[in-house]
Amino acid sequence: MITTRNICKNFGKLAALSNISVSLNAGETIAMIGPNGSGKTTLIKTLLGLVIPDKGDILYKGQSVLGQWKYRNSIGYMPQIGRYPDNMRIGQIIDMITDLRKDDNVQVDMELINSLGVNRMLDKAMRTLSGGTRQKVSACLAFMFHPEVLILDEPTAGLDPLSGEILKDKISREKDRGKLIMITSHVLSDLDDLVSEVIFMEEGHVRFHKKVSDLQAETGEVKLNKVMAVLMDPYYDPVMQ
Amino acid sequence: MKKITKYVLIDILRNRFMLAYTVVLSGISFSLFILEDSSGKALLGLMNVVLFIIPLVSLVFSTTYLYNAAEFIELMLSQPVRRKVLLNRIFSGLALSFVIATATGIGLPVLIYGATMQGLYLLLSAILLSVIFSALALLASVITRDKARGIGMALLLWVYFAFVFDGLVLLILFQFADYPLEGAMIAMTMLNPVDLVRIFMLLQVDLSAMMGITGAVFQKYFGSITGQVISLSVMVLWMLIPLVIAVKKFNKRDL
Repeated sequence: MITTRNICKNFGKLAALSNISVSLNAGETIAMIGPNGSGKTTLIKTLLGLVIPDKGDILYKGQSVLGQWKYRNSIGYMPQIGRYPDNMRIGQIIDMITDLRKDDNVQVDMELINSLGVNRMLDKAMRTLSGGTRQKVSACLAFMFHPEVLILDEPTAGLDPLSGEILKDKISREKDRGKLIMITSHVLSDLDDLVSEVIFMEEGHVRFHKKVSDLQAETGEVKLNKVMAVLMDPYYDPVMQ
Repeated sequence: MKKITKYVLIDILRNRFMLAYTVVLSGISFSLFILEDSSGKALLGLMNVVLFIIPLVSLVFSTTYLYNAAEFIELMLSQPVRRKVLLNRIFSGLALSFVIATATGIGLPVLIYGATMQGLYLLLSAILLSVIFSALALLASVITRDKARGIGMALLLWVYFAFVFDGLVLLILFQFADYPLEGAMIAMTMLNPVDLVRIFMLLQVDLSAMMGITGAVFQKYFGSITGQVISLSVMVLWMLIPLVIAVKKFNKRDL
């Protein structure tokens, strides 16, 4: 569904992305894993058109989307740090985005707004919100318009355990509806039952992009954090297994 | 996509600054008209306000607003919104709010006390200058990411257009005093929208006699329809060129 071809991006001397070519298919839930500063967020922002790549191309359903904007209709994005206009209220932000994005024939998805309790805070000004509440607002906005692609940058970071579970349930139901979901997270246990593929990034390179089932077979571990621990072991040699 | 303009406009109008600015402008205008015995004198006083305060406020407020709108811009760009459209809409909202503030703050007193041709020219110039300097502010804020630098750049632009430019013109005049510079002077005027308004207004209130032979040349040029059309077009260009460059830069910018 989304294909990137040799994307390169430099920030000054730093190569944030070098020759990223991945293809992300509908129905998959893909975990992007990698140390801090490995280029995960930059890659996500490039897919969204927030960061303009120096080289390479991005295809959505076979069409190049560099400099395009309509394809963002089918993307729900939950940023790592949601930044919102300070003087607006939660309700105003939700109304504004609804006003911009709403398809008149389709009901907006109010599920998260209700289950995360955002509906009871619509009058709160954005500047008064805690990080977790901001995160909830971001989650609601990402899921509201039934996007075909969900891009979630550290979705559970900062959420209380209960809200985290609610969000994970929601992600898993969207996955069953055949959506393409991309998640980055450092909390690998959060991803365990969700993800079907793993992209591992390091220093702006994709080190590997494999199915979880293959990785499990390769390493002999079931849990994702164990799988990654084995793969990260400097003495690990795939041939020996 | 008109909705974005609406949100920007609501946001700015909710901001007390615009209201205060309108009140101050109308306060100055009304008192000038009430204190001066002839409306011509009051218009001259008002012209100085228009030439100095309007560009300054327009530049500083717009730059600050645009930097504070960073979150709004980021939010919008992760939605299906075109960059070019977003920037144009934000600019329209900003410009429109200045037009409203100027039209109320200066327009109302002018219409009540000095609804002459000169008064209307002054009002038009005030509105154009507001919009031009918002466009320059837009450019400054797109070029630099750093807020302090951006506002510094805006202030430098103001100093340049309000003071430095005239110094440079004088320097050139004295250096080339032996040559006929009247034509060149008109061309140089086009390089500064503030000067363009000033000379245009001075001619409107018949002070051209004070400027000697240059004044006569100015009078001939700015008094003609061609001259006025060209001046107006140059003012429009002063608005469009920064806007177009800003959109180009913004299209390539990383967020």
